[in-house]
Amino acid sequence: MTSEPAHMNPARSFQGLILTLQRYWAEQGCVILQPYDMEVGAGTSHPATALRALGPKPWRAAYVQPSRRPKDGRYGENPNRLQHYYQFQVILKPNPPNLQDLYIKSLQAIGIDTSVHDIRFVEDDWENPTLGAWGLGWECWCDGMEVSQFTYFQQVAGIECAPVAGELTYGLERLAMYLQGVESIYDLNFNGLEGDQKVTYREVFLQAEQEYSRHNFEHSDTDMLFRLFRDAEAASQKYLAAGEAGERHLMVLPAYDQALKAGHLFNLLDARGVISVTERQSYILRIRELVKACGVAWLKTEGGGMAA
Amino acid sequence: MPDLLLELFSEEIPARMQRRAAEDLKKLVTDALVERGFLYEGAQAFATPRRLALTIMGLPVKGQDVREERKGPRVGSPDAAIQGFLKGAGLTSLDQAKIESDPKKGEFYVALIEKPGRATTDVLAEILPQIIKTFPWPKSMRWGAASAEAGSLRWVRPLQSILCTFGPETEDPEVVRFEVDGIASGDVTYGHRFMAPGPIRVKRFDDYVPALERAKVVLDADRRKDMILHDAKDLAFAQGLELVEDEGLLEEVAGLVEWPVVLMGSFDEAFLDIPPEVIRTTIRANQKCFVLRDPKTGKLANKFLLTSNLVASDGGKTIVSGNERVVRARLSDAKFFWETDQKVKLEDRLDKLKNIVFHEKLGTQFERVERIAALAKELAPIVGADPALAERAARLAKADLVTEMVGEFPELQGLMGRYYATLQGENASVAAAIEEHYKPLGPSDRVPTDPVSVAVALADKIDTLVGFWAIDEKPTGSKDPYALRRAALGVIRLVLENNIKLPLISLLAKPFARDAKDVLFEEFLQVKKLVESIEGSALGSLVSHPALPDLEAIFRQRQLKNAEELARIMYMRALDLLSFFADRLKVYLRDQGARHDLIDAVFALEGQDDLLMAVRRVEALGRFLDTEDGANLLAGYRRAANILRIEEKKDGRAYDEAPDLEIVNAQGQIEEKALAVILHGAKDEAQKAIESEDFEGAMRALSRLRQPVDAFFDKVTVNADDPALRANRLRLLNSIREATRTVADFSRIEG
Repeated sequence: MTSEPAHMNPARSFQGLILTLQRYWAEQGCVILQPYDMEVGAGTSHPATALRALGPKPWRAAYVQPSRRPKDGRYGENPNRLQHYYQFQVILKPNPPNLQDLYIKSLQAIGIDTSVHDIRFVEDDWENPTLGAWGLGWECWCDGMEVSQFTYFQQVAGIECAPVAGELTYGLERLAMYLQGVESIYDLNFNGLEGDQKVTYREVFLQAEQEYSRHNFEHSDTDMLFRLFRDAEAASQKYLAAGEAGERHLMVLPAYDQALKAGHLFNLLDARGVISVTERQSYILRIRELVKACGVAWLKTEGGGMAA
Repeated sequence: MPDLLLELFSEEIPARMQRRAAEDLKKLVTDALVERGFLYEGAQAFATPRRLALTIMGLPVKGQDVREERKGPRVGSPDAAIQGFLKGAGLTSLDQAKIESDPKKGEFYVALIEKPGRATTDVLAEILPQIIKTFPWPKSMRWGAASAEAGSLRWVRPLQSILCTFGPETEDPEVVRFEVDGIASGDVTYGHRFMAPGPIRVKRFDDYVPALERAKVVLDADRRKDMILHDAKDLAFAQGLELVEDEGLLEEVAGLVEWPVVLMGSFDEAFLDIPPEVIRTTIRANQKCFVLRDPKTGKLANKFLLTSNLVASDGGKTIVSGNERVVRARLSDAKFFWETDQKVKLEDRLDKLKNIVFHEKLGTQFERVERIAALAKELAPIVGADPALAERAARLAKADLVTEMVGEFPELQGLMGRYYATLQGENASVAAAIEEHYKPLGPSDRVPTDPVSVAVALADKIDTLVGFWAIDEKPTGSKDPYALRRAALGVIRLVLENNIKLPLISLLAKPFARDAKDVLFEEFLQVKKLVESIEGSALGSLVSHPALPDLEAIFRQRQLKNAEELARIMYMRALDLLSFFADRLKVYLRDQGARHDLIDAVFALEGQDDLLMAVRRVEALGRFLDTEDGANLLAGYRRAANILRIEEKKDGRAYDEAPDLEIVNAQGQIEEKALAVILHGAKDEAQKAIESEDFEGAMRALSRLRQPVDAFFDKVTVNADDPALRANRLRLLNSIREATRTVADFSRIEG
């Protein structure tokens, strides 16, 4: 790492942080994937985690996933909240016995010196109702700040994980703020350069935060969103039915894409406040049913453990 | 005698589970040993975030030898019987059995079975894996490659290693060898995750504890707590401040570190504008830090104490500054909530309560607020509150549920409402009632005294109780998910401690009316059972209560079909709820040391629907029975009741008519004349006293009976030869019974 130029230093550069984590987890045998090309609320929804966590096949992957949380938009005015941010996601299946050590070493790799920083594992049971998933683990604290989520998946899509996968999620912006010592996300140095060449998070994302906040809270076309939700739900069911081939399933991934779409549409509708409390539960249930069906179908594919 | 040391080393155990887990481990292992005949001198269990440890002192090296004689078949029995005997006793031939004789049975075989006691290590190796596999964690998980197979080990978080040694102090102990799901026991543990992560070889408990200390692990949670508390107080003192103690937080924090290091951080004084409860809650809930106050003013200081798990090489500077950043961000959020919440008036938030479902069948919080406001207004005159203020307070009482602050910290409900109400210039009683209407939250919580608070607190609880009774969601056994027992106790304490007279039945019956629209006629059949059970009980007399026609009128007005039946159903539910109150009151009084038989004696009377009056009566009765007059009258009552019971049974009729005074005057002895006169006066006087709620006066009136009753039994023969005279004397006895019923049902009094 000493040969790296200064502007790649994870303590100075947002992208340097990402690249360092990618390199570290690549060294641990992970395939380094690129973000899934769909809107999702969390890195867990990426099929490389949500579907690959199911079935007996070993799997190790790491990737950045842009996470869309329409409700969390603050028109670019809150220094800590965004409706679009990055998660760094690692999944190791089965989890190796030294996953906690590997995680701590990843913190050391990005410049967190464990002789002066207080690292703690604080109980946090994770649950994602739309994915029908839960696991036990911790919030990982660095000097009182939550920097990652550490979860041993027990169930995904309502199906028991066998074997269990370990999942790590790093909140990249928050981690970078701490490393760079800035108080606002928008002050993050994105490329690690200084002077004219410096690019900040503000320059990259502030406009988007403002525009999407307007869209998410005020202008999104709810009629269209309701319609698209129904379409995506129907399409997912249709593709799942069409992919059924006895012992096998031939079209899980497209069906799962539609489930993800439905999930994001629901989040948009929720941000607009047009879903009542009682309806909310039923929407979540409808999405979970889609994901569950995809999980069952996944187990009938090669990726899910069926012989080639 | 040898000792056992067991350590189960894992990834971080949730703080809230550690203490219980250590206790469970101790109990499970010692119980299993005792069950197998292994007694021990002492046992101690410990927990840290990463380990459960158990030491059992003074165990035997092996179990006791067991000698057992087993009687076999008679000599010369068929071969099958002989073979069966040999097999059962574990013998190979009859040479190994002895022959005994018995004068009756003749000669028969006896096998002497000697079972040598098993080595303790063998027994431990057998029981420990079983205990580990079935350990009662509140939540457990699977992990790693082993989790591909069904039935793999579950633990609270991955179990990493097991240390288990057994042996006397004088020799090297041995490792108790066993394996659980691929984890083999050994004599190795590990120190602090960062400061001493290497393996440590351990022999026994005596060197285990110091070895851990050298490796920066304090095994005993209580010692960690002491260290934290001591250091926290020292640091506070050095700054001229005082620690705001918090036992729950201390317990939790001690479960988050193996080596506590307390450090002080600070935040911008400007944040002290936020209410202190909010600062404390924010810092506590999110950061698990303690807050400090100025001992002179009692106000919060802009300092906090964090407990880290590290002796940092920079003396903790980095840790403090990191924590300060987070506290700053949290307090900024809180300040933002505090300021934005103030921009919207509480009454303008009410519409949002329509989005919060209170209970599927009981509507939204908005509807609930409407009901509570109406009820609070109605209750106000009874509790001495201004009806307009009570209604206003009730209307605003739940508005803080939709503030940002309470959304973030639900435990601040009520309190935030009070702050915001005060800021928007509400009457002080209204503001106080918003906070206090949730009270009392339990048997030891403070009971509000401001009449406005009392009105809203009663309305809130009565609405809850009536609602859940109307939809038939009553507590059963240990299940009380809506805390209805607590609500009833709340009503009882509010009423008694504020000396409020509340005719519960009219009060309860009316709110039931509003739920009647949901009651289907078919339900009537279900309710009929309830009706019958109530009519048969003491509450039956309330069936003719004036509230019933009121209810009926409400239903008629609403043009509901079967108004009469509906009124009856709802009324019966109100009665059922009343009997729930009576039960809770009994529990409450019993806890206060009142005699349960006296409570029963009062509640056995008709129409007891005023808690305060019932309690006053119980108290007066208790005092009366403690006097000589009271005790003697009770004896006289019993004598009268006994004679009546026997004679009425013999004659197959009751003597419940009034005594014929002409017969008394014409034929009676002087003692019965006196009794008749005094009975008449005393009963009337007691009755009047009761009506004016003068229970002491009622008791005094009854006490006048004592002397004439005693004299009557002394001189008069009840079973006179003249049947008319006898009947009249029995009626006189009945009058004694009747007179005592003005204050209580004396038949329920024990002792």
